[in-house]
Amino acid sequence: MIAVHYFASVRESLGCDLEKLELPAGVTTVAGLIDLLVKKHGKDWQDVLGERSVMIAVNHEMADRSASLADGDEVAFFPPVTGG
Amino acid sequence: MKISIQPEDFSVENECNILRLANPECGALVTFSGLVRDLEQGRHVESLILEHYPGMTESSLEKIIHQAEARWPILDVTVIHRIGELKASEQIVFVAVASLHRQAAFSACEFIMDYLKTRAPFWKKCRDEHGESWVEAKTSDTEASQRWE
Repeated sequence: MIAVHYFASVRESLGCDLEKLELPAGVTTVAGLIDLLVKKHGKDWQDVLGERSVMIAVNHEMADRSASLADGDEVAFFPPVTGG
Repeated sequence: MKISIQPEDFSVENECNILRLANPECGALVTFSGLVRDLEQGRHVESLILEHYPGMTESSLEKIIHQAEARWPILDVTVIHRIGELKASEQIVFVAVASLHRQAAFSACEFIMDYLKTRAPFWKKCRDEHGESWVEAKTSDTEASQRWE
């Protein structure tokens, strides 16, 4: 099981803040996870998660689409940060 | 090192006193306060709503402080960032760096703010007379952060 968090404008565009799912065999990277999520939720998700500016974190560390995933990981998708 | 993500306001004076008294060898204390502006791109801001990624926020700030410690001889750091709804003139963020001499404290304080703005997972939503909209990331912040690389 992995946990996928969505924050800020990404959360609002998708209408989802958190989902937990089993990682099927063959899905081993963030790019694979995005394909899985688009298959599950529809093309709208491709428009949001495929956006180049979307930032990705795996287990609280910034990551990119080629980052590896394993069972138990926590993944997050969010827009460029604007704190401070 | 102190990192606090909190809805409550804070006292700059209290935070400075804590650092000063905890670090008797400190000869320089540089602080930065970030505030809510009343005007954003010509619009009157009613409030900013700040959200963050609990867990990752704290670990990313800790990492940024460790990077600053590796670059400059600093003694102690405090970072406070507020979340929730904040009105114009309220304090959003506070960074204080204690060191033996001023140069390290000035540089490290600037570095921590530049990195916080581009690497710590906080997001601002602006509420004004037209409704609510997410604040866009600024290229100038990315450039400010890149000059340390």
